[in-house]
Amino acid sequence: MGVVTPGFQGRARSGNPRLPPGQYLAEDFPVLSAGPTPRVRTETWEFTVTTETGEKHAWSWSELTALPSEKFTVDIHCVTQWSKLDTRWRGVPVDTLVGGLDTAADYVMAHSYGGYTTNLPLADLLDGQAWIVYEYGGKPLTPEHGGPARLLVPHLYFWKSAKWVRGLELKTRDEPGFWENVGYHDYGDPWREQRYQGD
Amino acid sequence: MARTAVSGRLAWRVARLAEFRDETPTARTLVFDLPGWPGHLAGQHVDVRLTAADGYRAQRSYSLAAPADGDRIELTVQRVADGEVSEHLTGPYAIGDPVEIRGPVGGWFVWRPADLEPVLLVAGGSGIVPLMAMVRAHRAAGVRTPFKLIYSLRTPAELYYAEELRTPVAGLDVTYVYTREQPEGRDEIPRRINVATLNTAAWPAEFGATCFICGPTGFVETVADILVALGHDPHRIRTERFGPSRD
Repeated sequence: MGVVTPGFQGRARSGNPRLPPGQYLAEDFPVLSAGPTPRVRTETWEFTVTTETGEKHAWSWSELTALPSEKFTVDIHCVTQWSKLDTRWRGVPVDTLVGGLDTAADYVMAHSYGGYTTNLPLADLLDGQAWIVYEYGGKPLTPEHGGPARLLVPHLYFWKSAKWVRGLELKTRDEPGFWENVGYHDYGDPWREQRYQGD
Repeated sequence: MARTAVSGRLAWRVARLAEFRDETPTARTLVFDLPGWPGHLAGQHVDVRLTAADGYRAQRSYSLAAPADGDRIELTVQRVADGEVSEHLTGPYAIGDPVEIRGPVGGWFVWRPADLEPVLLVAGGSGIVPLMAMVRAHRAAGVRTPFKLIYSLRTPAELYYAEELRTPVAGLDVTYVYTREQPEGRDEIPRRINVATLNTAAWPAEFGATCFICGPTGFVETVADILVALGHDPHRIRTERFGPSRD
């Protein structure tokens, strides 16, 4: 136990088993990003998957949204300590976009409009664990929350769920993305509180 | 986990309150003694952890309000309604009381005295805190980098660091935007920051300024959008936001 701050009691203990350590429940939906919100028109939007050999697969907006989609409800966890339960999304599973490819890559770099990047193990995006989502709460995803489409990987801290996603680059070597380069954890498991490098 | 492998930045250190100053009726600057502090850059933040007698812990991030000064650091904490941590830190928390702090955190929303580009700081409300660290670092370094600060707040009573900002500093140009109530004697209609404000008070886009915007989400969105529309390079615009989205 850490040093006790006299008089500090904290809130009533929720004991909510869905809340990872160090997280509190958010009722609203905070917005966090490193720069201006890119406004990406769906007319010119394109999503690509590039393999480690440079083979490129591309989807236009109409092509992506014509793919079979899933509606699902998940909890999300931000490294800044808020968690939001039962968020409702709609999108295309990453399996659909990557599953059929011939690749030996173990890692993925997600790229965003606006230049943001984040790295993940490929295995964390497969088997129904990740989506390219374009609806939140039954409505089109707003630009502030990453619209027209973002990556959603709910089992990792939310900076891994790249907003304004424009592509996934498959890689044989792991390299740090934007926040990972400035000290955030390479993997980011909220249940193990992997906030910063070394956690 | 191998704690021996953990860098100093990640170690929780015991900090004690050395002094405090009330900035407004709901915001307090806390000065901590923090032995072993490794130093930090203006714009970085720390994690603060409070532990209750029964072992319950709560942890929050706060921006550093001033450059490093040996083993002393300053945070300015805004009390938020029903804020589990902020209500304690701006209320019962007393001189000598311990908390745990780790950091510094964040290597993006930072200003270094060696950076030569002009700087634009745009603060909304308590978003002034990390920007004030930059203003203070700029003054402490005595460099000639030109700074402009645009500080938007609702009423004069909500002004942080009032006395210090009133003192003119060479190379720092401050513009205030009051959205609800003007100070006495100021003959303008309260209004929100807009294109005209930024066109007048910010650097022209071609100066290649680095822009730091900190405030509530809607404020940051508005200011960043206007700066982009005025021709500022999006890659030179750095943002830090708090609070819920508008929708």
